Amino acid sequence: MTTTIPSIPLRRLAKDPVVISGAVTLLLWGAASLYSPAFATWGHIVTTLTVASFLGVIAIGQTLVIIAGGEGIDLSVGAAATLSAIVASRFMNGSDDGLFFAVLAALASACVIGVVNAIGVLVFRVPPLVMTLGMIAVVAGFIRLYTGGRPEGSAAPLLNQLVTGDTVLGIPGVLWLWLGLSVLVIWLLRRTSYGWRLYAVGANRTTAYLSGVNPSAVKFSAYVLSSLFAGVGGLLLLGYTQNVYTNLGADYMLNSVAAAVIGGTALVGGVGGYLGTIIGAILLTVLSALLRTMQIGGGEWGDAPRQILFGLVLIIVLTAYGRQKRLRG
Amino acid sequence: MNLLRSPGTADLPSPVRSVLSVRMPTVAVGLLLLVTVVASAVLQPGFFSPYGLSASFATFLPLATIAAAQTIIVLGGGIDLSIGTVVTLSSAVSVVLMQGDDGRLPLALAAGLATGAACGLFNGLVVAVLRLQPIVATFATSSVFGGLALLVLPTPGGQAAPVLTGTYRMVLLLYVPIPAILLLALFLGWRLLRGTRFGQHLYAVGGNADAAYTSAVPVSAVRVLSYTLGGLVAALAGVALLADAGAGDPTLGTQLTLGSIAALVIGGTRLRGGSGGVGGALVGAVVLSLIQGLVFFAGVPTNAREFVYGCIIIAAIALAGLLTNRNGSAAGTTGGNR
Repeated sequence: MTTTIPSIPLRRLAKDPVVISGAVTLLLWGAASLYSPAFATWGHIVTTLTVASFLGVIAIGQTLVIIAGGEGIDLSVGAAATLSAIVASRFMNGSDDGLFFAVLAALASACVIGVVNAIGVLVFRVPPLVMTLGMIAVVAGFIRLYTGGRPEGSAAPLLNQLVTGDTVLGIPGVLWLWLGLSVLVIWLLRRTSYGWRLYAVGANRTTAYLSGVNPSAVKFSAYVLSSLFAGVGGLLLLGYTQNVYTNLGADYMLNSVAAAVIGGTALVGGVGGYLGTIIGAILLTVLSALLRTMQIGGGEWGDAPRQILFGLVLIIVLTAYGRQKRLRG
Repeated sequence: MNLLRSPGTADLPSPVRSVLSVRMPTVAVGLLLLVTVVASAVLQPGFFSPYGLSASFATFLPLATIAAAQTIIVLGGGIDLSIGTVVTLSSAVSVVLMQGDDGRLPLALAAGLATGAACGLFNGLVVAVLRLQPIVATFATSSVFGGLALLVLPTPGGQAAPVLTGTYRMVLLLYVPIPAILLLALFLGWRLLRGTRFGQHLYAVGGNADAAYTSAVPVSAVRVLSYTLGGLVAALAGVALLADAGAGDPTLGTQLTLGSIAALVIGGTRLRGGSGGVGGALVGAVVLSLIQGLVFFAGVPTNAREFVYGCIIIAAIALAGLLTNRNGSAAGTTGGNR
């Protein structure tokens, strides 16, 4: 799109969503540390990042689907995460014996959601927003049928260890896993032909098709990967909470979209990347941790004031750069 | 944008093509309505009795009204993921002011409607003036409105005015329930709006904002107005919900948003904007409500109900998508190239 970039000009840097959201994150974190010095401790940073990792992993697939374009969006990631956690907890049932099989079953069940989404979007031409929104109802119904309304079982000790305990270099296993997945995804997007095809299809489906890319195959893979990563996120959540409930992943539905958009991935497709999403996920987590620490809400008001402030701050952050171009004139 | 047409329809003579493209969603949703009504009449005892009709229309109206509100916004090229929380917030405001007292009804209704319109105006300004992407912007505002609803009414409850709930249950001339008349009024109101200059502008902006701008349509004003009007109609849905349930519930938001979008798509409105109408959305909402009743009356086991209902909705949406996109496939092949 843009032509020569001899050096990175400062103005360009100041308009880069990744830079802006990084700065906002540091700002929020600084404000939080001033308010409560405990925020700056190593233990607190690790906890915050651990909580962010669930959103970060779930948002991997969301980023891929949005980049693949065609109004791509996957609102069923929360449902996929919940289903994966529920299936896994039932097979694990609090022991390490069936761990491998449980993980396999959980991820397979999540992938089924992705396949159905892809078929709906590609074959029946249902708008992705509607298809994935509808899938939430189907998956919620299936979970009701599968569990009878009362999910059973609990996380395997090993999975729990990965998320909450057992640190390497003072960093829990889940953060190493997130780091590994991040490197993998960023490499996939920037250095492989799959990544290039994804951006090509997202930027212009017709030119991608005429250049020999199969847009349907690329989009199909994006939806399946989206559910797969949501399933992985669900497993990590299970390791964190140990027990499951039927709306475990509900909050991740739109937060994953928000994380991607804050990180500079545009909903029109073909623009963005995973690095921004990582920062977006951390930003959202720090924001909600800050509101929690300031003890806004709680008591008789419940969650409400926190929810209101969260929405308002989100609008302000998005206004910084998430704006669409002006109409001609 | 529209230079490419799908090979299937390009060869056909234009009258045939226009019949195929315009009529198919309408025919499809009409057929769906017919099938669900017949099935309901068979499976649901007393479906056509005055009481049965009154009960059915009482459940149709809230969803149909939300679907109408969402349609006005989507036609203008937007989408409102906060619409369910606008409904719950405005109904919470109404029910708290009402306190089960008939004398306070007018004030409470006015406050509820004003709340809805204000929420819509806020959405419109965020989308049209700040130029945020509608999906994320209305997600953020849904957090705000949902939080406000919880502040106003922390738990489901409150008491609607007896006059409101009483009138809502009335049946005129033996067979005509009040909600059915209101549904008709909603449709007529839409037809009036469709005929105004704003109605035309709405389709122009949703179809192609750049072209509309070039043709001197006040694009931003139309967008703000469409969100505001959507918010106002959503508040009407809040009143209907209140009249139906007799109490407020601040937690219904997400479910209502989902229903509004499903009804609109089944009714043949294109999610990209500029094509479709409120009439289809109303029928879509009726079909959705009927299916929900059918799953209940067909003797599906309790735990399987939600799943079966979800699958039927997905099937209906897929069918609608297949038919609606027959003419929208040109946009599909070039989608997202801007």
